[in-house]
Amino acid sequence: MNFLSPDFSPAYSEIFILLMVCLVMLVDLAAGEKRRYITYGLTQVALIGCAFLTFVTFSEEATLTFSGMFVDDAMADILKLMVFATVVAVLIYSHTYVRDRGILTGEFFCLVLFATLGMMVMISASHFLTLYIGLELLSLSLYALVALRRDSLMATEAAMKFFVLGALASGFLLYGMSMVYGATGSLHVHKVAEAITGGVGNHEVLVVGLVFIVAGIAFKLSAAPFHMWAPDVYQGAPTAITLFISSAPKLAAFAFVMRLLIDGLGDLVADWQGMLVILAVLSLAVGNIAAIAQTNIKRMLAYSTISHMGFVILGFISADWNGYSSALFYVITYVLMTLGIFALIMILCRNGFEAEEISDFKGLSKRNAWYAFLTMILMFSLAGIPPMVGFYAKLAVLQAVVNAGFVWIAVAAVIFSLIGAFYYLRIVKLMYFDAPETDELITVRSDVKLLISVNGLAVLLLGIFPQSLMGLSLYAIQNSM
Amino acid sequence: MLFGIPLLSLIIWLPIVFGIVVFATGGDRNAQLARWVALAGSILGFLVAIPLYTGFDPSTSAMQFVEEHTWFERFNVNYHLGVDGISMPLILLNCFITPFVVIAGWQVIQERVSQYMGAFMMMSGIVNGVFAALDAVLFYVFWEASLIPMFLIIGIWGGPNRVYAAIKFFLYTLMGSLLMLIAFIYLYQSSGGSFSIADYHQLPIPLNAQILIFIAFLLAFAVKVPMWPVHTWLPDAHVEAPTGGSVVLAAIMLKLGGYGFLRFSLPITPDASHYLAEMMIVLSLIAVVYIGLIALMQADMKKLIAYSSVAHMGFVTLGFFLFNAYGIEGAMVQMISHGFISGAMFLCVGVLYDRLHSRQIADYGGVVNKMPVFAAFFMLFAMANAGLPGTSGFVGEFMVIMGAVKINFWYAFLAATTLIFGAAYTLWMYKRVIFGAIASPAVEELQDISKREFMILAILALAVLWLGVYPFPLTEVMHATVDNLLEHVANSKL
Repeated sequence: MNFLSPDFSPAYSEIFILLMVCLVMLVDLAAGEKRRYITYGLTQVALIGCAFLTFVTFSEEATLTFSGMFVDDAMADILKLMVFATVVAVLIYSHTYVRDRGILTGEFFCLVLFATLGMMVMISASHFLTLYIGLELLSLSLYALVALRRDSLMATEAAMKFFVLGALASGFLLYGMSMVYGATGSLHVHKVAEAITGGVGNHEVLVVGLVFIVAGIAFKLSAAPFHMWAPDVYQGAPTAITLFISSAPKLAAFAFVMRLLIDGLGDLVADWQGMLVILAVLSLAVGNIAAIAQTNIKRMLAYSTISHMGFVILGFISADWNGYSSALFYVITYVLMTLGIFALIMILCRNGFEAEEISDFKGLSKRNAWYAFLTMILMFSLAGIPPMVGFYAKLAVLQAVVNAGFVWIAVAAVIFSLIGAFYYLRIVKLMYFDAPETDELITVRSDVKLLISVNGLAVLLLGIFPQSLMGLSLYAIQNSM
Repeated sequence: MLFGIPLLSLIIWLPIVFGIVVFATGGDRNAQLARWVALAGSILGFLVAIPLYTGFDPSTSAMQFVEEHTWFERFNVNYHLGVDGISMPLILLNCFITPFVVIAGWQVIQERVSQYMGAFMMMSGIVNGVFAALDAVLFYVFWEASLIPMFLIIGIWGGPNRVYAAIKFFLYTLMGSLLMLIAFIYLYQSSGGSFSIADYHQLPIPLNAQILIFIAFLLAFAVKVPMWPVHTWLPDAHVEAPTGGSVVLAAIMLKLGGYGFLRFSLPITPDASHYLAEMMIVLSLIAVVYIGLIALMQADMKKLIAYSSVAHMGFVTLGFFLFNAYGIEGAMVQMISHGFISGAMFLCVGVLYDRLHSRQIADYGGVVNKMPVFAAFFMLFAMANAGLPGTSGFVGEFMVIMGAVKINFWYAFLAATTLIFGAAYTLWMYKRVIFGAIASPAVEELQDISKREFMILAILALAVLWLGVYPFPLTEVMHATVDNLLEHVANSKL
């Protein structure tokens, strides 16, 4: 038997980042506490290098490699570039916060890079096991990141919860995948799809597998009724880690759903459409209603995430490119908004003081008009008020939903977003209508200042000129496998 | 387009750009600069709007000053602007009112001046955008965007209960508009991928779908107008808003709802409009009669004027659903006239409030002894509010009543009761505030209006009288458009 060396070229960026993680780990040992900025710089270099590699090897055509377990297509490249940009922003935003809390360790950077690698593998997977490996690499890194503050009871509890529930979800997924394997005889996304189209395999077995897979996906997306971990983890984890959990992995989760549900099990649409409808409507209801009762801003944003994931799932139920590209557009805008809002929470944190309560936003407009303005833009965008980009995301998804004939779901979605508008407005109210509780100056590193300004204004400008991002989402979907 | 200048874009973006400049003047150290920039911007905004009237061709119902550019292709959305005989007067009204709002806040607002002035300038541009937009998404973006400055204006500079009022205002109006968005998306699908309002006018729609779309539109527009029973946000918002906010709310924001009926409900769903006309007329008459009675009982001047606004806007919606030229033109005249009168009434209350910091009727009495000039102006506006012939308030109400007689005597009869109730609540309030013995030492120390206040009230008084005596320049521009609309609405789209 001839041994054929696989084509490594589609996976250059993955290989590069893996080498860089090892390098970061070694260099950090040598650099030590005093010169941690070297580790920080090297991590950023790794990410930017990856982005560069992905960019120069960009091609519209899908290339399969490693016996068809790994794919490099336009959607993968675009999503990866977004992941790199997001992680770079996360590191810039969280540097001060993490340093002040004594968790700016080599492990922090390595885990972030490993998580990034996990996301990249998920995005490029075309085999159920590759998907699973990517997901586990991401999840295990995240569990460890949440637990990074060992002396914090909250963080440890959150990590335990995250780990136990996450492991359960992984179990669901694997079980579902094994059923699909049993029915179709393959784990290759394409071969599974072919088998289902060809009528191979017992339909009942497939549907049982599908139920478990959808449940696992819902867990990872934090869609109701599998959302219970999200509020605890968001609240318990250090804010910088919450920022990370709530941003880039959502992009990977989108790819995960695309590869698994759409590419692999697309012909079972009649079966999963109904499940997604239930997940979406429940997420919108639970997320928006429960968020009203929260006083902790991170917990509130966790519920807000749940409701936004409901919208993303709505994009999938129409089961056509129109809906998928709307869902992708929604995910990207969501990541942009969530980056900004958590960054602003960290800006409000001072050494030894955690901005955790909603009331910490009181009178922000008097303390610093610019950050208050940026927060306002983000809040209105999250609420879906034009001319912010969040509105166009909702418009795109609702349009896809109505197009698929689910007008009543669209009506339900807007009613729940109306309820949701209240808690976003409450933040604006606190910032603009109330008096500040402290007049302490807000000091921010200049790179964070620049980035948050760009981030906030992007939400406004993409709302005035939404075509570029919409076109990109459409292009990515039309050029996926 | 006029002389190659995209006039409508200029009218929309000039105030917004000025708003940004005003914001940029920064904190209250530069308050005076912010005021002057805002005043310059608002006057300039009115001046650039004048060619809209002089260059308008009243003989056609087609859209004029049209601009069309692709905005985003993904959903075939265009930056499509244009005006006809319905939207043009409303844009002029908005541009006309803005300078008064700026001047009214000149001294009263001492805190966060640049934000206050900037918010009003942005508001002005956004509202122009609502009236000029011919693309449903563009319309919706402007429509919703107008909520943000108003929310901040009420919430930051409002009275004691401002937070409640601001959030109520926002959520109420958002509720209506979100369903309108679904209706737009539905129309986008059934028109085969177009967000152009003109395409929707031609689109055949089955009756049950028309009724649902009509109801979605109704919720959006009825909240804004506001119609009974979704009017309850208005008294709260008015009472808590600063004077300028009340003026903009009454004079401009309420017109957005009325405009929506003419641009969307009637032409897009004509069959549903006929089918549900009686319901609409009944709701309008309830607003006219019942809200008129409520206004009679108010102890707070601003609340009284707010309820009187609801009653007057009842006339507007009544006029729309009579489906004759008297009704619709009367309603249009009523909208413009109500813009002048309610704006003036709120400014008058503002004049008193600035001096005594009370809006309670009971705190006043005998004001005429100390403020004779003010009392004369207030008298004129009170009379106009009551619909006295010779003032603009009479023209619109009379035309709508004329239109109603043609349909059903009892509609006209009930509508005409407003002439009694309106006179009752307005003049009774006037009597208690202005006449009688001097009520308190505070009233004893009142100073008559300043030159600045005199100028504002004098210009508005002229406008009210001019429109009352000679409404032809206004009705002339809308004839063709209204005739075309009536013809369109008379044809079934099933």
